Amino acid sequence: MTVADALLLALGAIAVGGGALVVISSHLVRAGLYLVVSLGAIAGLYLVLGAELVAWVQVLVYVGAVVVLLLFAVMLTRAPIGASDDLDRPAWPALLVGGGVGLGLAVLLADAFRWTIHPLPRNGTAERMGEQIFGNWVLPFEVISILLLAALVGAIVLSRPDIGARPPEDGAPAVPEPEREAA
Amino acid sequence: MHAVIPYVIAALLFGLGVYGVLRRRNAILVLMAVELMLNAVNLIFVTADVTTAAAAPHAGAVFALFVIVLAAAEVGVGLAIVLQLYRLRKIVAVDEVMLEAAPRDEPGQAVR
Repeated sequence: MTVADALLLALGAIAVGGGALVVISSHLVRAGLYLVVSLGAIAGLYLVLGAELVAWVQVLVYVGAVVVLLLFAVMLTRAPIGASDDLDRPAWPALLVGGGVGLGLAVLLADAFRWTIHPLPRNGTAERMGEQIFGNWVLPFEVISILLLAALVGAIVLSRPDIGARPPEDGAPAVPEPEREAA
Repeated sequence: MHAVIPYVIAALLFGLGVYGVLRRRNAILVLMAVELMLNAVNLIFVTADVTTAAAAPHAGAVFALFVIVLAAAEVGVGLAIVLQLYRLRKIVAVDEVMLEAAPRDEPGQAVR
């Protein structure tokens, strides 16, 4: 049991506890904030495991952007601020499948790796990661940039009601006049 | 370092994500549970970097970066769909979406 092991256990407990609160909390906004706790602890796990750049990207993209986007969506859908009791479906199928998957995978991985000790790898700094991304993995990098562009265009098209709206049969315009002028 | 610790943490997080996706009705909470699952997979990738460091240095971390990009794209498009659904039908619960009924856009109600 080294310092790294102790840090992994502590951060893992925070991550799993935060994740559990995300899926059982009855406050929408609090679920988003518990997600911040969980993702931050996972960023700490990356740091301990030597993936420095991934940890900072996790903080920037997940904690910084994705959670803010989720909280924006919570506000835009006029979600209740207080506790609400209609957020959940019946528990037992979810408990059965989720618990089965989680514990099954945990047992499988624990049996595969036992209590073997691995040396920590070299730190994944931006320089080494950049060499790998633009050396070995440059083709997936380019493909993923096309995918990001496609997702950007798709999100814009989805959220613009005047693009691709079907014209109704009675000849009225699909978009009312003030709407069209605003667009 | 014992590699089994982060692996088991990732497995438990994935199970929590599956539970959340099946349990929650609110579409935004479902997306949050999906984020938990994606993070569990990322943790597996980064830990695999430790156990297979000699074969492919930093390959797991590179894949984790790609998955983070995919997750950002996924949540962007997913939230656009959720917001458009809320704008059209005033619902955010995933089990109130009528999949079998063809959407009838009435003029004036179709937008906003």
